[in-house]
Amino acid sequence: MKIMKLYLQNSIFRLILTLLSSFILSIIIISCEEFLPTAPESSEILNEPIEGLTPSQLAAHLQGDEQFGKIFGVEDGLGPIFVNTSCENCHVADGKGHPFIQLTRFGKMNLDGTFDPMTEYGGAQLQQRSIAGYPPEEIPAEATGKSILMPPSVTGLGLIEAVPDELILSYADPDDLNGDGISGVPNYVDPPDYFQPKPGFHISNNGKYIGRFGRKAGAITILQQVTQAYLQDIGITSDFLPEDLYNYIIGSGTGDKVSDPELSASVVKSVEFYIKTLKAPPRRNENDADVIGGENIFKKQINCSGCHIPTLVSGPSDIEALNKKDFHPYTDMLMHDMGSQLDDYYTEGSAKTSEWRTTPLWGLGLGGTSQGGKSFFLHDGRAKTIEEAIIYHGGEASNSRNNYYNLSQADKQKLLKFLESL
Amino acid sequence: MHKVLPSVLIIIFYTVVNAQDTTGVKIPSQDAIYTRPFILKVNNLSTSIGGYFEGNSNYFSEDGVSEGLSFELRRFNIFLYSSLGPGIKFLSELEFEHGTEEIALETALLDFQFSPQFALRAGIILVPLGMFNQNHDSPRWDIIDRPLVSTQIIPSTLSEVGFGVYGRFTLIRYLSLTYSGYLTNGLGDGVILNAEGKTFVPSGKRKEAFEEDNNGLPAYSGRIALQHSLGELGLSFYHCVYNSFRVEGIEVDEKRSLSITAIDFSANFFDFTLQGEAAYSMIEVPDNLSEIFDDKQWGTFFDIIYPVYKGSVLLFDEAILNSIVRFEYVDFNMGRFNVTGQNVKDDVTALVLGLSFRPVPNTVIKANYRRHWTVDAIGNPTIHTAGFQFGFASYF
Ligand code: HEC
Ligand code: HEC
Repeated sequence: MKIMKLYLQNSIFRLILTLLSSFILSIIIISCEEFLPTAPESSEILNEPIEGLTPSQLAAHLQGDEQFGKIFGVEDGLGPIFVNTSCENCHVADGKGHPFIQLTRFGKMNLDGTFDPMTEYGGAQLQQRSIAGYPPEEIPAEATGKSILMPPSVTGLGLIEAVPDELILSYADPDDLNGDGISGVPNYVDPPDYFQPKPGFHISNNGKYIGRFGRKAGAITILQQVTQAYLQDIGITSDFLPEDLYNYIIGSGTGDKVSDPELSASVVKSVEFYIKTLKAPPRRNENDADVIGGENIFKKQINCSGCHIPTLVSGPSDIEALNKKDFHPYTDMLMHDMGSQLDDYYTEGSAKTSEWRTTPLWGLGLGGTSQGGKSFFLHDGRAKTIEEAIIYHGGEASNSRNNYYNLSQADKQKLLKFLESL
Repeated sequence: MHKVLPSVLIIIFYTVVNAQDTTGVKIPSQDAIYTRPFILKVNNLSTSIGGYFEGNSNYFSEDGVSEGLSFELRRFNIFLYSSLGPGIKFLSELEFEHGTEEIALETALLDFQFSPQFALRAGIILVPLGMFNQNHDSPRWDIIDRPLVSTQIIPSTLSEVGFGVYGRFTLIRYLSLTYSGYLTNGLGDGVILNAEGKTFVPSGKRKEAFEEDNNGLPAYSGRIALQHSLGELGLSFYHCVYNSFRVEGIEVDEKRSLSITAIDFSANFFDFTLQGEAAYSMIEVPDNLSEIFDDKQWGTFFDIIYPVYKGSVLLFDEAILNSIVRFEYVDFNMGRFNVTGQNVKDDVTALVLGLSFRPVPNTVIKANYRRHWTVDAIGNPTIHTAGFQFGFASYF
């Protein structure tokens, strides 16, 4: 004991002891991989580039990624009216959004049955936030309908954009000739002036083109979606849409302090490239017996695949990773009447107010990781579980929904397991 | 978390094995700027130059993605001090951050010390909010990164132009009360609608702040502290109207104010030094921005420092090896979502384990392991960031 004490008082010994324990500490720190966080499994995340990009394409992807995450402040031209401050804030980790970051759009149904997006009143999209000292928008009393829209995930869209119009049209069945109760139609929308149709790929219908992006398929291309998002969601002007939004109550000519355009075409295009080259949502447990059983029920027994078509094929693309590929988005890219419960009396393009674009079901099981651990399904997030989402299916989907009701409990479980594996 | 435990245990173990005498009395916050070594050494009525210098290496990984190893020259600061006559002092500090990336005049003040109880101060001063802001010189701290609460809730280094008073009263033996109160040009519009996308007080610092205020209403700040040889306990506040509600004399917006309250302490006992601060801020924000830019934030940090070795090492007779544990937490948004009623998260929890070696009192070599748990506003899976830092800081 005495010797021990003597030793402890000896400062050399103390130093050695200290160094030794620091050394042990370092070894522990370095050897525990917990000390440096590890990456989540690739099958659990959405925000990764598609496989097979060249190094220079990867560099362009990362450049767009940075812009996608960029937060705009007043100094960067945010506003004067806006909804949120960056793409990433709404499309967290490229996944589905949370109800707090939804968009609201409104309009008015005219007596002749045409739909007025009320642009002179700041429509169709509401910018409920504004920079300091500037009034935010409110929905005008004359509006007859409004939709609340949740951010969809933005992955795999390059593949969807690369599907030729012809293939989409081949699924349309406006008069329900096959008698399955499902009569999908494309949404024809007016193209923006910077839209350049690709010959043999885009098919014009009296100057209108098939919309693909957004819950109502209101945008024809990713570029259009991105350009409009900058302006309508963040209040950022670009070479494509160089004029700032303003609140009609105080009039045009009022705006933010940053001169327009606030973004160059090249920045917008780098974000377009980023979205285009995000991978398709990954599958999990696809070989599980229940999952396979559920898939058969989905496809063969209750005809969910009448709208949620499992496999599409992309056309030619200059990006090899998108060129003529089979992929599995579970959508037909068409509009369907979903019944009165899902009718918000708001619409875009040629679609009826009760019609919605078939939501791609890929990535369905990964929603929770970008929605704060909860789930919000359907265009406005009203369904909290997958089953609730199915129950809301009406209109053209009534048969499928009724078939779902008639499934045994065990079959319902298999179906849900399959959907969660997407 | 469970793997952090063994190392904490090891630190505790060798701190106990190596129990030694105290680290020395902590420097009271209010006097920190005058207790720098270059000033302590000079005689009255003279001018002296000093400064400090710090750099470090970073190796971090965020959810498995690492940018690799990099080196950072954080700061090179030059002090200039002059004693101009009995009780009249001039002090300035010029900061070069990351080389010449950011150059700032952090302090340039004149003090008229009429008595220990009463002094006037004017110029560019360090706002007395919390303990860190007035006492932030890196050679004084054993951890490389500054505390999150002290840089992100309290926007250290917060120096503003203005004037005020300070002083000290001895209450009873060993116990004194220090006070300070200032009027300054306050923070500006960038507190909200900034490039951080959240209420962020540091973004309210203005480039033109030394020239004129943005709205003609001064900021008030003050701190009172009880001080004893065992430690110090301080209470401080800062209040300003931050938005440019008035342009060319015409009111164009409502006034929006910002208040930060902080409590800080440091104590020495049984060889341990404990220190920390907590700050709570309330920021008036336009209603339509409330979910994204919240009106309430708070944060805290807490350090435990223990000298595991004190004695001679090679050339140095009074070298000290300290071990440090720091816990930190900052909540940038204490609000709720309108639609779901859920709590908005947007917070960071951090733990730092460190060793610091002081061959001489004013030079320190630091080694840190730092881990952050970051949760976004919605409450998505925690982002894990962790890494190692090695650095040095020295007065000269
Ligand atoms: C305020 C939240 C918000 C912001 C900010 C935002 N988005 Fe969106 N995004 C949405 C919502 C909601 C939708 C669905 C819109 C619709 O249904 O028309 C959407 C749709 C999309 C789509 C189409 C997805 C699909 O499956 O059809 C893309 C691509 C997209 N956004 C990209 C972007 C980009 C790029 C930015 C930044 C420039 C951005 N978004 C900014 C909310 C947002
Ligand atoms: C008539 C076409 C149609 C059929 C048949 C159909 N769906 Fe849908 N489905 C849609 C449309 C359109 C939406 C989007 C509705 C909305 O957002 O309001 C949708 C949305 C969903 C969603 C929500 C996706 C999300 O991310 O919010 C799920 C889940 C879903 N469908 C599953 C099914 C299942 C399971 C079946 C078979 C029982 C089925 N659907 C049959 C058209 C259909």
